[in-house]
Amino acid sequence: MATLEIHDLHVSVDAENGPREILKGVDLTVKQGETHAIMGPNGSGKSTLAYSLAGHPKYTVTGGTVTLDGEDVLEMSVDERARAGVFLAMQYPVEVPGVSVSNFLRTSATAIRGEAPKLRLWVKEVKEAMERLHMDPEFAERNVNEGFSGGEKKRHEILQLELLKPAIAILDETDSGLDVDALRTVSEGVNRVRETGQVGTLLITHYTRILRYIKPDHVHVFANGRIAESGGAELADKLEAEGYEAYTKGGATA
Amino acid sequence: MAEAQNIPAGSTTTGSIAVAAESTVATRMSAPPSYDVADFPVPHGREEEWRFTPLARLRGLHDGSAVAGGADLKIDITAPEGVTHELVDREDPRVGKAGKPVDRVAAQAYSNFEKASVVTVPKETVLTEPIRITVHGAGGTAFGHQVVELGAFAEAVVVIDHTGDALLAANVDYLLGDGAKLTVVSVQDWDDNAVHVGQHNALVGRDATFKSVVVTFGGDLVRLHPRVTYAGPGGEAELYGLYFTEQGQHQEHRLFVDHEATNCRSNVVYKGALQGQDAHAVWIGDVLIQASATGTDTYELNRNLVLTDGARVDSVPNLEIETGEIVGAGHASATGRFDDEQLFYLMARGIPADEARRLVVRGFFAELVQQIGLPDVEERLMSKIEAELEASAA
Repeated sequence: MATLEIHDLHVSVDAENGPREILKGVDLTVKQGETHAIMGPNGSGKSTLAYSLAGHPKYTVTGGTVTLDGEDVLEMSVDERARAGVFLAMQYPVEVPGVSVSNFLRTSATAIRGEAPKLRLWVKEVKEAMERLHMDPEFAERNVNEGFSGGEKKRHEILQLELLKPAIAILDETDSGLDVDALRTVSEGVNRVRETGQVGTLLITHYTRILRYIKPDHVHVFANGRIAESGGAELADKLEAEGYEAYTKGGATA
Repeated sequence: MAEAQNIPAGSTTTGSIAVAAESTVATRMSAPPSYDVADFPVPHGREEEWRFTPLARLRGLHDGSAVAGGADLKIDITAPEGVTHELVDREDPRVGKAGKPVDRVAAQAYSNFEKASVVTVPKETVLTEPIRITVHGAGGTAFGHQVVELGAFAEAVVVIDHTGDALLAANVDYLLGDGAKLTVVSVQDWDDNAVHVGQHNALVGRDATFKSVVVTFGGDLVRLHPRVTYAGPGGEAELYGLYFTEQGQHQEHRLFVDHEATNCRSNVVYKGALQGQDAHAVWIGDVLIQASATGTDTYELNRNLVLTDGARVDSVPNLEIETGEIVGAGHASATGRFDDEQLFYLMARGIPADEARRLVVRGFFAELVQQIGLPDVEERLMSKIEAELEASAA
């Protein structure tokens, strides 16, 4: 069973006046089949955690460990992490002009699966996955994220989640910028993947709204670069009622 | 992130659309067109038409010090039945008919070549196989002149391949009779030291269709000057170009479409990818719509993809319009960068860095190659791009 273990993770970024520490000792274990919601105010370091796990070059790990089934994730390049089973659905997916969605998906699936999927089965697989996410078939011929609306970008991220079937899925603010219909569609996609029991999900969000559609097993409050409190789904209800105030003032240095 | 893509990396894009009675396109040249090299002053590098070109690397083509000799340039012409091929003197009326040299090196080529090669497709002859011209250099210096003439309603595809090493100044004339259809693919696949400068003149007959595909991969310095004029109304010109400029290479494409006849159409699409220190691509797109050229429809587009730091693009579209009675006129130029965010995104989906770069470049060129409309040429170009990408990754 795939397990992602984060232990005492410290991460810095280069700022104008030298490196600035953003993550200050994160401890978290995500097992296959579990869903963890990471909630916290803006600037608390949630997205830094997501991008650090995926290996974005902007972030420097200064301490701690991340392992996936005992393998050192921090030693892996970005593409190796993806092939090992770590998937990051991005808050701001990047435009790649000249590369069609269908070409991109197939290249990616080939890399992740270690062999090119059989064309006929693949076409069917993509078509069905797109239908489930209410995506127009012509979408496959557009260039990756080029001219996509906010909702289309997020659907496209979840389409990849469904096709690539990672062991660990990190969803970075997948709910941001979505209207209620799109939020429901995207959440249904995430739930289909979760229901397979094959994925451990790390759901990063600012709002509790998405948790009405995706029920977490664990909720963690992120503040000042580390996990300030952990609990069950009821913790989200508390945050809904009280906000992050208790974590941001005074308590932040605790 | 996304918004960073259109920040040009070491590039300039200074286009202009002039609506004026005075032709700036013509007056920007330092001397009027002429067949005689003596009519052109030796360029010093600050002239409008030379300001992007590293003159020293022309190895004397621009100042008369380059002398023909050394290893021969080997030229082979394979043509289907019905096509004639001959060597003629410069007095032959077909030689130079498509256009006068507009700069000193083109005039030097015209003044220095010994015999011009003329390939003729008789009127109403429709070829099913391409005419192939291979030019292979073995390190010598050469001046040349090639004419391709299509009679009225003839149809042909010509593929010109340049390989090996040479210091070459050579012009090519395309003469299209009324209603003729000519597609030319000129591939510059030179070795690293080659220098190739030339002017390509197309004279497009009434209702004739000229399609040019210029593909530049190799060479130390390649500077080509494709030009189109229309001999009568209703002509069409599609000018496609594709270049892959690598470390230290200078690849310059200077286009000029002169709309004088009525109801003619021109469409220019040039795309280039650059990588490596001091890779330098220059694209100049001049279009002139003369007062007489009513019903003109023209568009020119240049796109560049900068893959690494240290590369430079200069892209200058110029459109000059002397009549308002046209169908359309426009231009666009953009230089984008394959940036770290795109690379990260593709790698985060399991795609290794080299393959990610290939995917982007392949996609970038495929959009253009698909417009060529000749399946075997398209296939060959894509596999050539593939090989170029493999070589650059190694």
